[in-house]
This record gives sequence, C-alpha cells and structure tokens, in this order.
Amino acid sequence: MLYGTRLRALSIATLVTMTAALALAFFYAPMDADQGFMQKIFYIHVPLGIVALCGFVWGGINGIQHLRTRDPKYDLRSYVAIHLSLVLGAGVLITGSIWARASWGHWWVWDEPTLVSFLIVFLLYATYQPMRFSIEDREKQARYASVFAVTAGAFVPLNFIAVRLAQAYTHPRVFATADGGLPAKMQLPFYLSLLGMALLYVTLWRYEMASKNTSWQLRALRRKLAGDDAVPPVGRTAAPTLPSS
Amino acid sequence: MTTRAELPHTESPAGPSRPRGDDPPFVPLRVAVAALLRKELGLELRAPQAVPAMSLFSITTLVVFHFALQRGQVDGDLASGVLWVTLLFAAMLGISRLFVADHEEGGLDGFLLAPTDRTAMLVAKAVGLFAFLAAVEVVAIPAFALMLLGPSPPIAAYGQLAALLVLADAGIALVGTMVGAMAVQTRTRDLIVPLMALPLLIPVVIGAAKGTAPLLATAGPHSVEVRWLFVLGLYDLVFGLLAFALFDYLIED
Amino acid sequence: MAAPPAAIELEGLTRRYGERVALQDVTLTVPAGTTLVVFGPNGAGKSTLLRVLATLLRPHSGVVRVLGRALPDDGWAVRGRIGLLTHEPLLYRDLSGRENLRFHARLHGVAFDRVEELLERVGLRLRADDRVHTYSRGMVQRLAVCRAVLHDPDVLLLDEPRANLDPAAADLVEPLIGAASGRTRVVTSHDPAGGLAEADIALGLRGGRTAFVAPVDHVRNAEIGALYR
Repeated sequence: MLYGTRLRALSIATLVTMTAALALAFFYAPMDADQGFMQKIFYIHVPLGIVALCGFVWGGINGIQHLRTRDPKYDLRSYVAIHLSLVLGAGVLITGSIWARASWGHWWVWDEPTLVSFLIVFLLYATYQPMRFSIEDREKQARYASVFAVTAGAFVPLNFIAVRLAQAYTHPRVFATADGGLPAKMQLPFYLSLLGMALLYVTLWRYEMASKNTSWQLRALRRKLAGDDAVPPVGRTAAPTLPSS
Repeated sequence: MTTRAELPHTESPAGPSRPRGDDPPFVPLRVAVAALLRKELGLELRAPQAVPAMSLFSITTLVVFHFALQRGQVDGDLASGVLWVTLLFAAMLGISRLFVADHEEGGLDGFLLAPTDRTAMLVAKAVGLFAFLAAVEVVAIPAFALMLLGPSPPIAAYGQLAALLVLADAGIALVGTMVGAMAVQTRTRDLIVPLMALPLLIPVVIGAAKGTAPLLATAGPHSVEVRWLFVLGLYDLVFGLLAFALFDYLIED
Repeated sequence: MAAPPAAIELEGLTRRYGERVALQDVTLTVPAGTTLVVFGPNGAGKSTLLRVLATLLRPHSGVVRVLGRALPDDGWAVRGRIGLLTHEPLLYRDLSGRENLRFHARLHGVAFDRVEELLERVGLRLRADDRVHTYSRGMVQRLAVCRAVLHDPDVLLLDEPRANLDPAAADLVEPLIGAASGRTRVVTSHDPAGGLAEADIALGLRGGRTAFVAPVDHVRNAEIGALYR
C-alpha cells in the first residue's frame, strides 16, 4: 500500500475543514452563559478525544494483524497509530484542563469521568515507547508491542465502564442540554471539527508511514548496491525497523 | 515499487496438521500445569523470596500510611483505600519477580522444548501468583486490622470480603502474569512493571475499594454493592480471555 | 511403519536477527542415524541453527523438516522427539538434581525410573538430592546431559557437549550422546580432528552463510581453519 499518494489532497481537505470548523465555533456557535468563551474549547477537546481513542483502537487492530500474519508492516502501522494518538492525547488532557478551569475553577477535576478515564488510558499508552525501547531484539520488540496494543485496546472500553460506574453519583455531563443532546447550533461546528480532526489524524498517519517506509527502502537499496558496510548500523530504537530484503 | 516488507512464510496454507500415529504423546494440559505449579510453589517454599518480601513490604507500607495520613485509626472509604493500595503495591513486587527465575536459569526454554500446550505456563504462573497474593493477605489483613482499622466488621462481612479478595486477586494475577512476562524481556524490568500494571489495574482498584468501603465502615449496612462484584467479574473475564489468546506470543521466541 | 529416510532436511533456511543475517540460505540433508558436525567461529550461526532445529526459533524463510514434519507448523508434533543441550543447562539452581529431572520428566510424560537410571549412569546418584547450585560445572553438565536425553529423543542437538567435562565424565556421557547411541545428531565443535572423527557430514558456517557442506572424508582441515580467518 502506498502511503504517499493523496497526501496533498488530504492536507488541503484537513486545513479547509479545520478552518471552517474553528470559524463556526468562534462566530456561529452560541456563547455559553456560565462558562463564557472558554467553553468553546469543547469543540477542540472532544473531537480530539474521540479521534485519539479511535486511533488507539486502530493501533490494537493492527496489532492483531501483526500477530496473525507476522508481517512487520502491521507493526509499523500500529506504532504510528499509537504514537500519534498519544500526541493527540496530550492535547486532549491540556484542553481538558483548560476547560475544567473555565467550568469549575480548577485546573483538574475528578468529576468528569470521561476525562479521568482518558488520563488513565494516556498513562498506560505512555509506557508503550519506553517498553519498546527497552527490548533490543527487533522481532521480540514488535511482537510484544503488538500484544500491548491489543491488551491496551481492549482495556479502553473496560476502563471507561469502570470509571463511569465509580463516578455515578457526581456531576452530569457538562455539555448536555436538558433533553440530553447537543443543541442545534452546536452540532454543525462540532461535527465539522470532528471530521477535521479525523482528517488531521489520517493525514499525519499517512505522512509518517510514507516517511518511514521510504527511509527504510532507501537503506535497503543502499545495502544492496554498496554492501552491508555502507549502511551505518541502527542503534537501539523504539520505532519499528523493517528487515532489509 | 511496493512498500510491503517481503516476509515469505513457511507455514503451509493448510496450517498446522493433525497428530499422526507415530507422534510422541502430547502431554495433557493439566499434567503440565501440575508439574509447573509444583515447581513454582516448590521453589518458593524451598528458597522463599517473594512471599516474605511482599508480606514485610505490606506491613512497612501500613506503618508509612500511619505517618503519612497522621492517623491512628481509619474506617470506611479511607480504610478501604489504605488496604487496597497496600495490597496492590505488594503485588507489584511479586509481579516483577514472577518470571525472573525462569528467565535467568533458562527454565522458559526447558518448558518450550516440552511437547505440551504453552497455555500451561500461563495457568501455572497465574495460579502461582494468586497463591502468593493469598499468602501475603493472610499476613497483611490481620496486620491492617490490628494496626490501623478502627471498627471491627461483623462476621458476615468477612465472607463478602473474601469474595472481593478472590475476584480482585484473580484480576491481579492475570494482569500480573501478562505484564510480568513482558517485563522480563526488557532491560528496565523494575520500572516497566508498575508503570504498565498500575493503569491496567485501576478498574480492579475501583471495584475492590468501592466494594470494601461499606464493610469497613463504623455504621451502616455492612454489605457489598453487587455492581462492584460485577465490575471485578467482568474485568476477570475480559483479561482471562485476553491472556489466553495472547500469552503464547509472549513466551515463544 | 518405515522411519523417514532423512531425519533433517533444510532448504534455503534463513533467519535474521534485526538487520543482520544469522543464517542465510542453508541447505542440507541429514539421514537418520547419522551425525552432522557444524564448524564455525562465534557468531557464525551455529547456535541459531540448533535453536531452529529445536523448534525454539521460527525460520524466516526456507523449508525446515525434522523427522518428516515441517517447522514451524508441526513443531508441536516433533518436540517430544528432539533433545537439546546448549551452553545453558536449563536447570533450576535451587532444586536438587533429582527434582530437576523429575520436573522435566513430568513435562515430557516420562516415568521416574528413567530419571533414576540416568542419574546412575552419569554417576550423580549420590549427589542427586543436593541442590544444583552446589554442583561443580562438570556435574551440572552431566545433569544437563541427562535432561537432554531423558525422553529418549530421536534427534540430539548438542552445542559443544564436552565443555566442562573431564575425561572420566566425558566417558560417562559418551554412550548417552555419542555416535554409538544410534540417534541422529547435530554437534557443534571448535575441534577439527575430534569433530570430524565422530561425524558423517560436516557443515562449515561463516557469517551465517554456508562455507562448505560435505561428507567428512571430503573435508580438509585447511577448509575448517579458513573459517576462522
């Protein structure tokens, strides 16, 4: 699968969608009576969170494929998916903290179960790269990383259920209206932002996949043409390495 | 030009074959598990390392809690929290050591050469860890009751506490076996175990701590809410299935 | 039921280690009951070859057949008929010699009298109840030999089997793992004369690649020496 195609089209689509979403959020969506302008960070925070979680699950799916077929390309896909989601996850926690400050006056609250669950998931996935780095055997590293990706992926829903049950007696969801759904004027910017975040993720994922694949193919070519000695040995790394053919 | 890494497989399209008449006997799972467990428990009895250390550590933790919380007695939520944090941290020690002896003395290879199902190692290690946790609890819980617990729970509460302990320990044993197997291959074993195991065990902490709190309260109904037993049971089921599906990949080469 | 004519068949066996190649395109056949000796400097791939044959490592490409069964798919079927002796004795230091062997006996479905028989034959019966960490290196090696042949394997994979053994001890283990035992054997060796003397086929490995593979009478000492330069 070629990852480098359609990158330009995807980038433009991402830019356009995100700009439109942010514009709508700032100018079109209603201002929240209690929280004021800061509430608008919700349009970034929640879509980021949803996309990050989907990314983690996508990492787990690729992990399953890697274990089943032992094809290292799936390991690379899993690695890129997880480490991108982790970056987005940091964004979720930061924007969540800003939102908590706006809503409740504190930089962190335990009342919002989704945010708390997300923190736990983030802490778990943050061990992914250190674990990879500390296993030197490449094949073992990839295999263990895939087991981790699958386990952590299955853990995500379990964790959300448990934390939600634990918080059952506290504050209701912040952005629900009396009847439980999103008010109409908030829906368009929200869904547009969600689409934009998804496009952002896909674009970044494809970009990184293309970049890594190309550099490994270059290495393999150099090795073939100029011999093993022309290529400096790769030191310890957490990133997957593709075997030279 | 393709970006796929070439990795031709040697597996036949039909996959692994069926037993034939001239194959050596395949040792059944229960026999292998029994042999492994016997070795595991035998080693610990012969040269006790894990259980004494974990027990001592749990008592020390209780002392630290006394000074950290600046309290002579705890009850209810606080008591439940202190108890479960103590047990959890003692478990971290046990998980770190779980596969070390096998890894260092080549026991894993010895097992991998045997004509038996790899799952036997998972079952034996998980049951072994469960047994170690139970042994530590025999020391830690009376110590906790003596040193820090305020109210004396009624007899009826003990049965429910035991149920919570069994479910929680099963979850810790399953996660611990997986994380222990992963960590033993890394160079930073002692760091990786708590970092990976603790987030994974938070649902267990939630279910166990919330479940135990009413049992240790001074007043009120001393009964566990069913939902926490459900959370623990669901967790054990999910991780049991995960471990069963994934463990083979962790110990093969 | 006729035994398969070839105990071990390799065709283009390749196994990588990261970017390096541990074994590249190894092809040979070992008929049943014969001995293959493997020469090569450290890092040439000898141990990797043994581990692949022992079903501990999967081949990355190529065909591997042991006792007529293809690896890695049918590894489970032949595991019980292969014995491996490596640098690591695969014994628990805190258990006694007898307990170690009984543990392996249970895992392989072997009766305990076989354990006693082997302990007697290698001269460890008197020390059988002492913990392995009290054993000398020679005793550990003798116990490891017992472990390797406990289940009466048809194929023996031996990585420098006589390391740490004095001549007396070597004589004790010889009938168990030597050429006269009738098993198919793969032996690694750094000793050209000794290695060739006990083998039927010789394989020379260098950097994972085959330098030579031939019946022993066609192999000259100079070829073996060349591997180490």
